[in-house]
Amino acid sequence: MVQLIIRRIGMMILIMLVVALLLFLINEGDPRLIARSILGPYAQDQQLNAWVIENGYDRSVIVRYFEWIGRIFSGDLGDSVIYKRPVSEIFWDRLGNTGILAGVTFVIMVLIALTLGVLAGMKEGSLQDRAISVFSIITTSIPEYASAVFLVGIFVFWLGWLPGTSSMTSGFDPVQMILPVLVLTLYGFGYIARMTRASMAEVMTTPYIRTAVLKGLPYRHIILKHALRNALIAPFTVIMLQINWLLSGVVVTEFAFGYKGFGALLLEAALRRDIFVIEACGVAAVFVAVFTQTVGDLGYTYLNPRIRFK
Amino acid sequence: MSDVPRMNAVSTPLSRLGASFAGSLRPVFLLRESPVGMIGAGIVLGFVILAIFAEFIAPFDPNATMVPFAYPGAEAPEGGIFLLGTDHLGRDILSRIIFGGQRVLFYATAATVAAYVVGILMGLAAGYFRGYLDEILSFVANVILSFPIMVLYVLIIAKVGASGINIIFAVVFASSPGIMRIVRGVTMDIATRDYIAAAQTRGEGPWYIMLMEILPNARGPLIVDFCLRMGYTTITIGALGFLGLGLPPPDPDWGGMITETRAFVSGGFPHMAILPACAVSLLVLGFNLLADGLREVSLKD
Repeated sequence: MVQLIIRRIGMMILIMLVVALLLFLINEGDPRLIARSILGPYAQDQQLNAWVIENGYDRSVIVRYFEWIGRIFSGDLGDSVIYKRPVSEIFWDRLGNTGILAGVTFVIMVLIALTLGVLAGMKEGSLQDRAISVFSIITTSIPEYASAVFLVGIFVFWLGWLPGTSSMTSGFDPVQMILPVLVLTLYGFGYIARMTRASMAEVMTTPYIRTAVLKGLPYRHIILKHALRNALIAPFTVIMLQINWLLSGVVVTEFAFGYKGFGALLLEAALRRDIFVIEACGVAAVFVAVFTQTVGDLGYTYLNPRIRFK
Repeated sequence: MSDVPRMNAVSTPLSRLGASFAGSLRPVFLLRESPVGMIGAGIVLGFVILAIFAEFIAPFDPNATMVPFAYPGAEAPEGGIFLLGTDHLGRDILSRIIFGGQRVLFYATAATVAAYVVGILMGLAAGYFRGYLDEILSFVANVILSFPIMVLYVLIIAKVGASGINIIFAVVFASSPGIMRIVRGVTMDIATRDYIAAAQTRGEGPWYIMLMEILPNARGPLIVDFCLRMGYTTITIGALGFLGLGLPPPDPDWGGMITETRAFVSGGFPHMAILPACAVSLLVLGFNLLADGLREVSLKD
């Protein structure tokens, strides 16, 4: 087990280093392009060359890469070209906002998905099962940008209950969180629900559940105390992997509602070639994704006694 | 035993390819046993027909600006009716949805097929040769798959620019590792079978074995995954259009239509953005139901 943990964490660090190298090569591989994006389109060749030498960009890529890694660890993310401020001043706020959005969504989505998945898998083939399956396949087919339009049409235009944007201009407002969370939840819960259903349906056919039924235990008790414990092991990995998908959805949803999170920041930076912001957002996104994936794998191994005690 | 004469018969690679192609269509014929799959196939087929005959079906030129802000059912000045209304620039929404569908389907198919070619070749090589090649390819796949997919698309398109060919490139880059993993797993399983050993003993080359012996037998999970991936790619192309990174205007694409007109949803013209949103959801639903039906049928098989 310890060996496995060390191997997985080593793999995680290696992947992070390679991803960081890719991001670095794409954004800072050509020093003249950096100079161009910082000095603007009207800078002369001489000015570009002077800037490159002055800032030490004439050294080899590998040296600069390791320096850059060192700077990230010391908290220096460079200066934003657009905002003319250190990236770290903007970046952590935005990441925090996304953390709130993703965190709230994650809790609600997992609760709904597990409940529906267990309800569907409990009685495979029943009307309840079919209804839940059809509902979840429809919601997974509606991408975030489409459901955002539908929900804005219903709740903003027809009913007038909710605000249509979530830019939070006058401080944090929970009402503005409702639509983005709803959009992300609707698109994301279906996959977890399907996995939970499959796992639950499999557990329900095992002999130990049949024994419990024949023993005359109350149905509720069988589901909650016996079936759930084993049925929730497999979905655990899926749930952790879902965070990767959630980060994808966050980019689209934040753009749709004008929410000031890291996805919107990344998009803006990418469109305006704000290289240090792109790098910070890229590294953060991949770190969260790789970290949750590793936790998912290790957690699954730990939760599954057949692997744990080998 | 009945297989023996067929194996001894002289079979040219071409005729074998024909036979395996016909074999790969079998689940499609079996699909009629799954009502869900039939509904999905119907939806997808409907969109394909609309796309092929777009020139004849669409009532107006998709880029012609006529009457701005017309509601569905309004009459056009030169005769005809705007069945689904017009957008803020006065372009007929029905015609734009039909031509947009043509574009989305073309690029989704081209990108998914290209991703499959790359993913299958990588997966076959990794699963058949194993060793270092497998280690390297699997590591590359791990690296690419560790990106949240939309972040990867934004990074690629921002770097190489938004155009049809670049979208295909981005989809190939982002989704071929996933295809590779599936093919690799199936290949490793099939490579242990007796008929592969037989082919090796016959002295067939590795690529002949991979493409003629292994690939046709790996088709089951791949067909289901292909339909799912067509749905994802449709979503992706729409999302890129929505984020302003998609196919260049003025030709319509669904994501771009949504993003151009969504400001008018709360201003009294919700149909402009809701209709293309319905189109993209319906097409994706079609692919998902089709994949579900095919999976159901292949499990019964």
